[in-house]
Amino acid sequence: MQWNSLSEFFAMGGYAFYVWGSFGATALVMAVESLLIHVKRKEMQRNLRAELQPNGIQP
Amino acid sequence: MKTPGFSWFKYASPQNFYFLAGRMWPWFAALSAVLMVVGLWISFFVAPVDAQQGQGYRIIFVHVPTSQMSMFIYLVMAGWAAIGLAFNTRLSGMMASALAPTGALFAFLSLVTGSLWGKPMWGTWWVWDARLTSELILLFLYLGFLALQSSIDDPRRADKACAVLALVGVVNVPIIYFSVIWWNTLHQGASVSMTSAPSMAAPMLWGMLIMVLAFWMYTIAAALARVRSIILDRERHTEWVKNAVE
Repeated sequence: MQWNSLSEFFAMGGYAFYVWGSFGATALVMAVESLLIHVKRKEMQRNLRAELQPNGIQP
Repeated sequence: MKTPGFSWFKYASPQNFYFLAGRMWPWFAALSAVLMVVGLWISFFVAPVDAQQGQGYRIIFVHVPTSQMSMFIYLVMAGWAAIGLAFNTRLSGMMASALAPTGALFAFLSLVTGSLWGKPMWGTWWVWDARLTSELILLFLYLGFLALQSSIDDPRRADKACAVLALVGVVNVPIIYFSVIWWNTLHQGASVSMTSAPSMAAPMLWGMLIMVLAFWMYTIAAALARVRSIILDRERHTEWVKNAVE
């Protein structure tokens, strides 16, 4: 274990902003990308279902 | 005589690949999550503090994977582009378009994490040196690819144009890789190379390798999941898509 306390861990030896900034930015971008892929898929399915409905006839 | 079994050509058809990708991406996502947990644990709790850079060096555990993926994804994308141009296969263009956004994001993250690392260690967010500039050009190549893709309505023509762009741009990847050798630069040389022993402590090296692997799995999962929407979009007038969405 590299840390004596939780606050020492969060302080990252004075590099907190840079270390947590890097990991945070990476995590955020990956989370948002995953979400966008999911949203895009739902949207595509919705559009295709709407397109396939014969005009005027509801399921 | 035809032997039953696995055939690559079977999965060159968008229809078959759609279902294959649907079965595969959750596994890659799960593998990525597990590797990410292990990698992060090593990054923060096992890898020792660096003698020169203190705790600040831990940025390496995201900077190296994002940078490496930004270059690898470009090579894979250009590979798909080349296959598409050579064999005129529809799936190739779709795979190239599915990889481009993830590549662009990793190029962006490489620049952001590099900048956050450069400020405390070099005293500057940015310098116009060979490594940083060529990585910025990589980001612009991805953005150019995506812009070109969306500016041409006919997807098959867009694929061709983008394939040419991807192949011309591929020359930039070796330039990024060798930039630290060819030019004087602030950026340090490779810590890990194929010709010499790695110049870093074993836990640091393992943390980095596991993180790189986690990012690989993430990229495969993202590309497979994204290509499914692209396939549905482009094959929307076929019978199998009608059955698939119902």
